[in-house]
Amino acid sequence: MSTMSNNPTPAGETPSALTAAQKFLRDAATKSADLVHREIIRKNMDSYDAAHNRGRARIKDWEAARRKCQEIKREAINNLDKYLLQFEQKVLERGGHVFWAANGDEACAYIKDLAIGRGVKTVVKSKSMVTEEMHLAPVLEAAGMRVWETDLGEFIVQLRNEAPYHIVTPAMHLDRNQIRDLFREKLGEDIPDADPQKLVALARRKLREAFFAAEMGISGANFLVADAGVVAITTNEGNGRLSTSLPRIHVAVTGIEKVIPRLEDLGTLWPVLATSGTGQPITTYSTLVGGPKRADEADGPEEFHVVLLDNGRSGLLANAEEREVLHCIRCGACLNICPVYRNIGGHTYNTTYPGPIGSVLTPHLRGSEFQHLSYASSLCGACTSVCPVNINLHHHLLHNRRDFTKAGGAKTGGERTQFKLWRTAMLHPRLYALGGWMMRHSLRLVYGMGLAGTALDPMRAWSRKRRPVTLPAQSFRARWKKELSKSDQGRSAGGSK
Amino acid sequence: MARKISLFIPCFVDQLQPQVAVDTVKVLRRIGCEVDFPADQTCCGQPAFNTGFWDEARPCAERFLRVFKDAEVIVCPSGSCATMVRVFYPELLASGTAHDEAAALGKRTFELSEFLVKVMGLTDVGATFQHTVTYHASCHGLRELKLRNEPLQLLRGVKGLKLVDMLRLEECCGFGGTFATKFESISVAMGESKCDSVAVTGAEYVTAIDPSCLMHVQGILGRRKDRAKAIHLASILASG
Ligand code: SF4
Repeated sequence: MSTMSNNPTPAGETPSALTAAQKFLRDAATKSADLVHREIIRKNMDSYDAAHNRGRARIKDWEAARRKCQEIKREAINNLDKYLLQFEQKVLERGGHVFWAANGDEACAYIKDLAIGRGVKTVVKSKSMVTEEMHLAPVLEAAGMRVWETDLGEFIVQLRNEAPYHIVTPAMHLDRNQIRDLFREKLGEDIPDADPQKLVALARRKLREAFFAAEMGISGANFLVADAGVVAITTNEGNGRLSTSLPRIHVAVTGIEKVIPRLEDLGTLWPVLATSGTGQPITTYSTLVGGPKRADEADGPEEFHVVLLDNGRSGLLANAEEREVLHCIRCGACLNICPVYRNIGGHTYNTTYPGPIGSVLTPHLRGSEFQHLSYASSLCGACTSVCPVNINLHHHLLHNRRDFTKAGGAKTGGERTQFKLWRTAMLHPRLYALGGWMMRHSLRLVYGMGLAGTALDPMRAWSRKRRPVTLPAQSFRARWKKELSKSDQGRSAGGSK
Repeated sequence: MARKISLFIPCFVDQLQPQVAVDTVKVLRRIGCEVDFPADQTCCGQPAFNTGFWDEARPCAERFLRVFKDAEVIVCPSGSCATMVRVFYPELLASGTAHDEAAALGKRTFELSEFLVKVMGLTDVGATFQHTVTYHASCHGLRELKLRNEPLQLLRGVKGLKLVDMLRLEECCGFGGTFATKFESISVAMGESKCDSVAVTGAEYVTAIDPSCLMHVQGILGRRKDRAKAIHLASILASG
């Protein structure tokens, strides 16, 4: 964990007045100019990079491991119906319950009703991005329950009333001094030297109380194992294990895409997930849960529920070209390497899933209002190069863009006209050459008058923060015709200087 | 082995950075190639393609196929535009016979450093450049064309050139086509990170195989009045 400047919410915010795209642009401009933030994230990502590289080097053939993971996920996603039913069958046989939720509201309602029906007052949650996606905690709180996030990072952002900054390390943007101040304010205990050990001990003490009080534990799932009918959960803090075993009721909430065919697949997926997530060979606590406590067992919940959330996923499943986006195992590697994420940070996206996977996924899950995210990428492909399940993330961004303009997406009208004109020029070399000449000479005029970057500069979006290009008097094609075409063919061009 | 080359000069190089193209000609002729510039070429269509306007990009691609139909080998001083032809044309022209034509043409299209090292087997093209230089790995060349070592091999072959390594050399500079103006603040922040990495090396020049990255990086270096200057690999190889 490290430092960051301030709470990302700017003063006087009127969210309803701005579209998601406008808000994104505004926040991106603020955050990317925040040099303190840039430095902190860079430092954190540099240490992640080092661990990630060491981790990958430990695996004998990383590329083969990625291909294996990709195959496992492809098999699972292409047979999702079969494997989900197989999973459900096993859970039911053991006395568990499975609820199929078409959307977040249905899932929240199921869990809320269950909690109310069982007289639940306190809920402990281990990390789950899906519960963020469906905004579960506020629903339970509104029903009068106390909800504790028990992952340390989640606990911290919950105290700050913030969304997670990152899908794996939710409080990556904070340093220990900020956490000390937060704990002093919210937990009423001061640790003047902000010693991380002491801070953790304080959080642990508070969370233990919650664990013992809670009647319901809610977890996510890293994987649903079809043949064994178990939920696979990994954590580094052991909070997943406590959340799923101490309270009377355990509810595992997850997206339908998390199913994998066989228990043995975990042998590949678990180490690859840990390597991509943090560089660890394996995450500290790996837990498999498959049902309520049996008669001969001392520990475990009396009730076990699995909530399977669709929320737009089956729409992606129906789209053969984009389906592989469902292969994602939420490792966070694409966020960590993404130069856009590194500069604008997690909160700017204003989505449950930030970073490259979020930019690909969110327009599918939440509609064209989030299509600007498909464009907020230089298409550098760093994400694709690290994805442990080989999702071709940046090509999916291109597909999103294509589908958006094809559907006549909002605000593409002006651009469409521009590109139609552009096409006409590009199909007629003389028109192209003339257009280029006019552009160069008018810009030379503007720049000659010292107007670069001003309202009179048609290229100001380029030249406001970059020194304008030095404009040549002649294009290459003109020079080719004049000086180069007739010069030597097939021998040394040393003569041409 | 002399080769007959058809030059593919990206539109913005033609209009804004003609010297890069001139230097490309110079290098290719120096190693004994016969160079032609099919005068009817315009843009490969990448701006429209990347913005999502595939229907506008497609006729440009089809036109490119016609203009370069008879080309034996196509060489381009831009990893990004070579990527457009080799990687994206087949997808853009997915249906019909144009697809096969595009795929075949893509196999004959090379980025300059790729052509020199992989096709011609050269790492020394007889250049001299008495300066310290650091190299930035442009994304399309690196990740789509898998050109990791070729430009570095060529730089090591230049007499007098002192190559210094850049931290995070594979991190994007932030150009990204229309991204550079649509998301100006993000693009500039990414460019500043890149220029910081350049500055740390103390190099006099930062080079790359993509003129667009260099135009963006130079814009930021210039605004910040940094010591380093951006220079295209072709211009280094044409020196001396
Ligand atoms: S898209 Fe790939 S890299 Fe990104 S979080 Fe998912 S699995 Fe990890």
